[in-house]
Amino acid sequence: MLKTEPIDLEAIRRDFPILKREVNGKRLVYLDNAATTQKPRQVIEALVDYYSRYNSNVHRSVHRLGEEATEAYEGAREKAARFVGASPKGLVFTRGTTESTNLVRFSWGEKFVKKGDTLVTTLMEHHSNIVPWQLLAKRKEANLRFVSLTPEGTLDIASLEEVLRDSPALVAVTHCSNVLGTINDVAKVCSMARKVGAATVVDGAQAVPHFPVDFAAIGCDFYAFSGHKMLGPTGIGALVSRKELLEEIDPFHGGGEMIKEVFLDHSTWNDVPYKFEAGTVNIADAIGLGAAVDYLTHVGMDKVREHEMALLRYTLESLTGVKGFKHYGPREPENKGGVLSFNLGDVHPHDLATILDEEGIAIRSGHHCAQPLMRWLDVSATSRASFHVYNGQDDVDALKAGLEKAGRIFRL
Amino acid sequence: MSSADIYREVVLDYYRNPRNFGKLEHFDISSHDTNPLCGDEVDIQIKVGNGKTIEEIMFSGRGCAISQASASMLTELAKGKELEWVKQLSKQDILGMLGNPELGPSRIKCALLGMKALKTGVYGYLGATYDGQDGTEGSR
Ligand SMILES: Cc1ncc(COP(=O)(O)O)c(C=O)c1O
Repeated sequence: MLKTEPIDLEAIRRDFPILKREVNGKRLVYLDNAATTQKPRQVIEALVDYYSRYNSNVHRSVHRLGEEATEAYEGAREKAARFVGASPKGLVFTRGTTESTNLVRFSWGEKFVKKGDTLVTTLMEHHSNIVPWQLLAKRKEANLRFVSLTPEGTLDIASLEEVLRDSPALVAVTHCSNVLGTINDVAKVCSMARKVGAATVVDGAQAVPHFPVDFAAIGCDFYAFSGHKMLGPTGIGALVSRKELLEEIDPFHGGGEMIKEVFLDHSTWNDVPYKFEAGTVNIADAIGLGAAVDYLTHVGMDKVREHEMALLRYTLESLTGVKGFKHYGPREPENKGGVLSFNLGDVHPHDLATILDEEGIAIRSGHHCAQPLMRWLDVSATSRASFHVYNGQDDVDALKAGLEKAGRIFRL
Repeated sequence: MSSADIYREVVLDYYRNPRNFGKLEHFDISSHDTNPLCGDEVDIQIKVGNGKTIEEIMFSGRGCAISQASASMLTELAKGKELEWVKQLSKQDILGMLGNPELGPSRIKCALLGMKALKTGVYGYLGATYDGQDGTEGSR
């Protein structure tokens, strides 16, 4: 049952210029949203508007354009912060989720992690929430431990309890898996972690674009996300934290803008969040992200979520009957983001992607930057269809027809 | 050209029933290569006869139909040939072997993975270095 009015799919599609495109003479069916989403004209226009009307550096020029650019850039910070229930002073603009976790690795990790400490992450993480901790563990001679998964592909709470007995310094967990779609109860994980004194990092790359997120309610120390997966431009994202914690940790990059005063032998740091935004920042894309937040707010994140849940339900129902279809991860849309990983008989995902491409259908095939999870699933690769607000049942029907065609070609 | 032509019956047959699949107990050349984009892997082992012919050759690996079928077909083609023959082998030979499918740049790398492993191994044995100057370069 829909709790709210459904979205106006046709009106939304008209906002995305790329959806008019044909691929191999077919309507583009874009189902690779977990990799990156398409951009509405409102976002594209915000970029063009900035470059054509008020392009200027921020925070340092007192002229008119500089003030307009600063206002737009800081306005985008406020929008993005409000969108995830955080305070603007606690939101650092980064290049995206990967830079955000690496910021924590350096600024927090170098200061607080000691030899022999334990760091914890999980088997369902994207490499960007594994590799930084591996590097940190190596440098500090700390141990990295992994929370294992249940057969359904959810976090194994017993395994989490077990690693928490080590009193880890850090627990890093994804809000939503980019492979299985599993939505983790991160508030619970963070509360368990906090009880043993661990700092917490939540990877929100697949959460913020798809459902309402409330940083304050989750209660984590750091929350990371990427703009390009939420209808915004590439090259912009955020690390969200509390102002006091950002004040306590060390700077990330050194250079202009992040300092208060520079002497020959030392420097003092700018206030947060500027202490972490060294050099000329990504002004245009931050403004573009602000426009994406406006767009999603206008549609309503509750509606985005309901739309994707309905689509997920429809997809699982219609693909389950396709010969050879094998799905990975939770099946209940309530516990699952709009991401669906599967295999089709012995058709390798790359062969499947080639066949679907011929039909104008874009899916992702491969290890999805989650090799430990692939090993846990005991597959070398999966195919992945992932949704956003402009996808509809017609896209799923096209996918189904494409899978059936692949099944015929491969004589499944 | 459509995907039905890429995945011809013979390609699917080599994918599902790869010839010369496995490991040699005694070998003189062993070469491993991967295509990190796809996660395709190919291992090739060769027993050299009289210091100059491919007496026995086996491959193992996992990955997409194109990479695995192509590697398997290549082992059949290479068996009994002189090592020097490997130097003449070209991208066109491999594509011809597969029935000249129209492959995009990312999938061509799948098709050429076996050749790349073979060339790297044989060139090394002959004291040369394979520089990838025949279309297999850049598969990283
Ligand atoms: C769950 C998850 N975490 C992190 C990332 C990395 O995001 P980015 O490449 O934007 O840094 C991605 C996307 O690739 C992702 O899906």
